[in-house]
Amino acid sequence: MSDGPIIKVEDVHKWYGNFHALKGINVEVKRREVIVIFGPSGSGKSTFIRTLNRLEEHQRGRIFVDGIELSHDVRNIEQIRSETGMVFQQFNLFPHLTVMQNIVLAPIQVRKWTKQKAEETAMQLLERVGIPEQAYKYPGQLSGGQQQRVAIARSLAMQPKIMLFDEPTSALDPEMIKEVLDVMVELAKSGMTILAVTHEMGFARAVADRMLFFDKGEIVEQGTPEQIFNAPKEDRTKLFLSQILRH
Amino acid sequence: MTKTAEHILPPVLERSNLLGWMRRNLFGSWTDALLTLIGVWIVYWAASGLLRWALYTAEWKVIVVNARLLMIGQYPIEQVGRLWIWLGFLIFLLGNSLAIWGRGSRIAPALLALPAAMAFIFPFGADPRKWLIAMTVIGLIGWGLGRVKPEALKRSVIAGWVISLPIIILLTYGLSKSEASIVPIVRTNLWGGLLLTFLLTVVGILFSFPIGVLLALGRRSELPAVRWFSVGYIELVRGVPLITILFMAQLMLPLFLPEGWTVDRVVRAMVGITLFSAAYLAENVRGGLQAIPKGQFEAAAALGLSGAQTMIFIILPQALRLVIPILVGQFIALYKDTSLVAIVGLLDLVGIARTVLAQPEFLGLQREVYVFISLIFWTLSYGMSYVSQRLEERLGVGIR
Ligand SMILES: Nc1ncnc2c1ncn2[C@@H]1O[C@H](COP(=O)(O)OP(=O)(O)O)[C@@H](O)[C@H]1O
Ligand SMILES: [Mg+2]
Repeated sequence: MSDGPIIKVEDVHKWYGNFHALKGINVEVKRREVIVIFGPSGSGKSTFIRTLNRLEEHQRGRIFVDGIELSHDVRNIEQIRSETGMVFQQFNLFPHLTVMQNIVLAPIQVRKWTKQKAEETAMQLLERVGIPEQAYKYPGQLSGGQQQRVAIARSLAMQPKIMLFDEPTSALDPEMIKEVLDVMVELAKSGMTILAVTHEMGFARAVADRMLFFDKGEIVEQGTPEQIFNAPKEDRTKLFLSQILRH
Repeated sequence: MTKTAEHILPPVLERSNLLGWMRRNLFGSWTDALLTLIGVWIVYWAASGLLRWALYTAEWKVIVVNARLLMIGQYPIEQVGRLWIWLGFLIFLLGNSLAIWGRGSRIAPALLALPAAMAFIFPFGADPRKWLIAMTVIGLIGWGLGRVKPEALKRSVIAGWVISLPIIILLTYGLSKSEASIVPIVRTNLWGGLLLTFLLTVVGILFSFPIGVLLALGRRSELPAVRWFSVGYIELVRGVPLITILFMAQLMLPLFLPEGWTVDRVVRAMVGITLFSAAYLAENVRGGLQAIPKGQFEAAAALGLSGAQTMIFIILPQALRLVIPILVGQFIALYKDTSLVAIVGLLDLVGIARTVLAQPEFLGLQREVYVFISLIFWTLSYGMSYVSQRLEERLGVGIR
């Protein structure tokens, strides 16, 4: 089992009312693989990545995460979520809790760790993302880049097998993007399985094993960064790349 | 010539003294000055009239003679010590809490000195005087302890507040029917005055809070039966006046009970008030819940927290914090609304006031009596509002 794909997505469809947001997605993700998802706004990237931990429900097809099928079974969903970290564009830290409390909450409540073990782990993670000195501040007292690094640490505290990123740097001021990308690059190199929606092509070039180009609810093209950047096959991919790489 | 940044000093703040402040704020222009003068004249006119009445015309004897009735109704005089004991317990906790959480609150000693001050100012008998002074002493001891060992006491003070309602009820009601017991039962028909008003309010607040929160959550539930029940309940109760609910609680509650059971009239009123308040509380809490961004639910879900854990640790703490001012407003309203129980025959502050005024020797002294009970209502309402403002300041830390 440990050799099979960690994520298997078979012919997944999703509708919002009558709007067909995902039109038959098929993907297999290997363990330790780093995948970058890109494409125009509204193409279904967020919807897709959110079906993987069932923040969105798919209506046709099947999704397996680490051998467990996502279904209506709440137990399965909570199990998959606790093994899948997610980082959002808007950070979504809990504003009423300190950085430390943000990080230890789920390990203590879900994993049933002792407070001491959770706090030790949290401190290590804060060091890993470079902000141990912020542990007892509230999210509102941190910069955007620091908040996003806390959000990453919070996800990692659950010791996930997979990390999902949905445009983690899009809400950041330019000077803070690098500090977050650095953390993501380090994470990728450590062997984490990553699916990241991002238009940071430097990140893709540096660590992506594979890139998926989304348009209008479909995967139009996929390949290694070299294939995508140097020899894109589809016109839509070429057009989109020319638009985002121009500056 | 440009100066370097180091040389630029912040603008000198205008020194504020009383005269300067007055010139800026009260007499800034001709119209300001005119309005100020008119305002001062109106206040002087109203206040001097009231003062003249309070000092020369008013016959405060009616209050002095009936002070005990107004405070505790017919509660037996030989059992009054029990009430002072729980009051002392509350004041002790209050002293503790002001020291631990009311950081830098300079009014704390003044507040705690209030009972002793009352003992000296008002013509009480010897017994209440001693008790009142004891209250201040206990309160100051609690305050002092809280200042010395704030961290060590935190837990026990919280525990103290948690068990305070059972203690109050136990001491007020009593344990055993036998007269020989130290705390014989005092039937609720003897409870009255401020004591009854206080108990109705505290029970109403403490019980309607969890019920209201559950109704608010129920209204958002995915289970249709739960949602319909919550919506139906909330809309039904909000559609009728409290007074009808109080009547129904008196007349209809017995119909739901098994044959031969009777429910105390005070308990019936407490049930009515609680059920009424819960519906409003639910709507206020729902407002807070709606203000929590979707991202908070998603982040919690993505971490693997269950629905209940998400509510308890993430959503409710934020939602309740947002609605503290509204909830306190509602609780103050509830406190004042308890006076409606006078209409169903209970002798709370207002009920007692009416019986006092029915005594032949005090006919026509409505002004004295109603001014006095207004003052009591105002004091506690203002206390609640003050505590809530402190609470907001304390909890505001780090919010977005
Ligand atoms: N909750 C929703 N209700 C209705 N339509 C939605 C909802 N979420 C997304 N959509 C639509 O689905 C499409 C894909 O959205 P999304 O996955 O967020 O795109 P992307 O992340 O690629 O920008 C968009 O057209 C969007 O308007
Ligand atoms: Mg998106």
